[in-house]
Amino acid sequence: MNRFDYVRAGTVAEAVQAYGAGARFIAGGTNLIDLMKYDVEKPGRLIDITRLPLDAIEAHENGLRLGALATNAKVAYDERVTAQYPLLRNAILAGASAQLRNAASTGGNLLQRTRCYYFYDTATPCNKREPGSGCPAIGGVNRIHAIFGASESCIATHPSDMCVALAALEATVRVSGPQGERTIPFADFHRLPGDSPEIDTNLTPGEIVVSVDLPASKFPQHYTYLKLRDRLSYAFALVSVAAGVELDGDTIKTARLALGGVAHKPWRNREAEALLEGKPATRESFQQAADLIVSEAKPQSANGFKIELARRAIVRGLEQAAAGTPQSLSDKRIQ
Amino acid sequence: MLLEHSPPVRADTGLDITLTINGQRRELQVAPWTTLLDLLREKLDLTGTKKGCDHGQCGACTVLVNGTRVNACLTLAVMKDGAEITTVEGLAGLGDRGGSNALHPIQEAFIEHDAFQCGYCTPGQLCSSVGMMNEGHATSREEIREAMSGNLCRCGAYTNIVDAIEDVMQGAGR
Repeated sequence: MNRFDYVRAGTVAEAVQAYGAGARFIAGGTNLIDLMKYDVEKPGRLIDITRLPLDAIEAHENGLRLGALATNAKVAYDERVTAQYPLLRNAILAGASAQLRNAASTGGNLLQRTRCYYFYDTATPCNKREPGSGCPAIGGVNRIHAIFGASESCIATHPSDMCVALAALEATVRVSGPQGERTIPFADFHRLPGDSPEIDTNLTPGEIVVSVDLPASKFPQHYTYLKLRDRLSYAFALVSVAAGVELDGDTIKTARLALGGVAHKPWRNREAEALLEGKPATRESFQQAADLIVSEAKPQSANGFKIELARRAIVRGLEQAAAGTPQSLSDKRIQ
Repeated sequence: MLLEHSPPVRADTGLDITLTINGQRRELQVAPWTTLLDLLREKLDLTGTKKGCDHGQCGACTVLVNGTRVNACLTLAVMKDGAEITTVEGLAGLGDRGGSNALHPIQEAFIEHDAFQCGYCTPGQLCSSVGMMNEGHATSREEIREAMSGNLCRCGAYTNIVDAIEDVMQGAGR
């Protein structure tokens, strides 16, 4: 790990003021410290924000405000989250390990970096780590990489489970920075790689996530987080589906769907969501939505399997959501 | 004690922090890049906590910080200024059974159920078990397995580890 200055901020303003080129904010540190051990991140200054008063979970408008420093565990086991946003709870608990969830923060979960092997390996080129150096994942070992929204510069995926649920729940991210405070719709928070994959989000330098705000609960019953991976626990998603539906009898009133493990950001397709609305909640409707979504998929040399996996996961996820039988967190059989 | 609103600390400058480790208050000077794991093992001679992967993937370094289980390898010591740390060396003290050779119930259960072979992951498994029981979310065998998935055992003692944890949890309920 490189040498760095350490600053402990007492207020958000102090943290923002301490920011400068080469500085990084640190909260849970579960991803940043790991990246520093690999020399992928070499900050000149670490600004410790863990003492800021940002760890509350509180009612906000008709929804819930999750403080940026609330740990993943605190959010997942919060009674209001459990009752009103079980999709978020299940997504968080599908990710990482208990130890990591006890340390990792809400804001940090949004800002974690890809787990692309080449990004982590400083002996190889990587456009995300060293812009312009190339992308050996293209044509290389890319079984875990993107099938949606990738570019010729980068085919990395965003690794978060929590963010997939936040995308389906249409959360809002509140940030504070040198220019003051603003809110960013969740769909606009992360970005696609394009020709600048080194930039993961639409935060501007020095901005800090203050809270993630959830709108009024829509899917307390009809939801699922279905995560498919190489082992049954403690692994990143190959494909995951966060699904929530509102039903009027057997007819779909609203459907929200986001995919994880398949793109540089949680992947939503609003046309597919619109297509489901007013349709009967049947396998046939779900298959139409799934077909529409995967029609845009583009495989890499070794991840073509993800397309059919995604198609089936979408259908199964929507079936679980419509039936009100979310994927169990401990019994890993897929019903 | 590092003051809040403090100016940045130059590289190579030690920071004064206070940690209560296994019930003992320690005033320490640490470089900001020192992980809690390295502080415990290299400076304080508490080598019960193991370094496995050093990347938060194996759980061998699991300790309790204010009663909560975390990976010591992904924790900067300076960020835990003021915290209470419990390592495997301090678990017996939590058991409150008296006597100089008393073990924590989970340690006795691991012996009883033969819940280890080489033993390298065991300190992390023990601290993680105690942390899991503090959390109180897992009750069934399947839930225990899921809640312990952050602790790898390459000898494959998982079945017996779950047996040991179940035994302690059932004992606590009696």
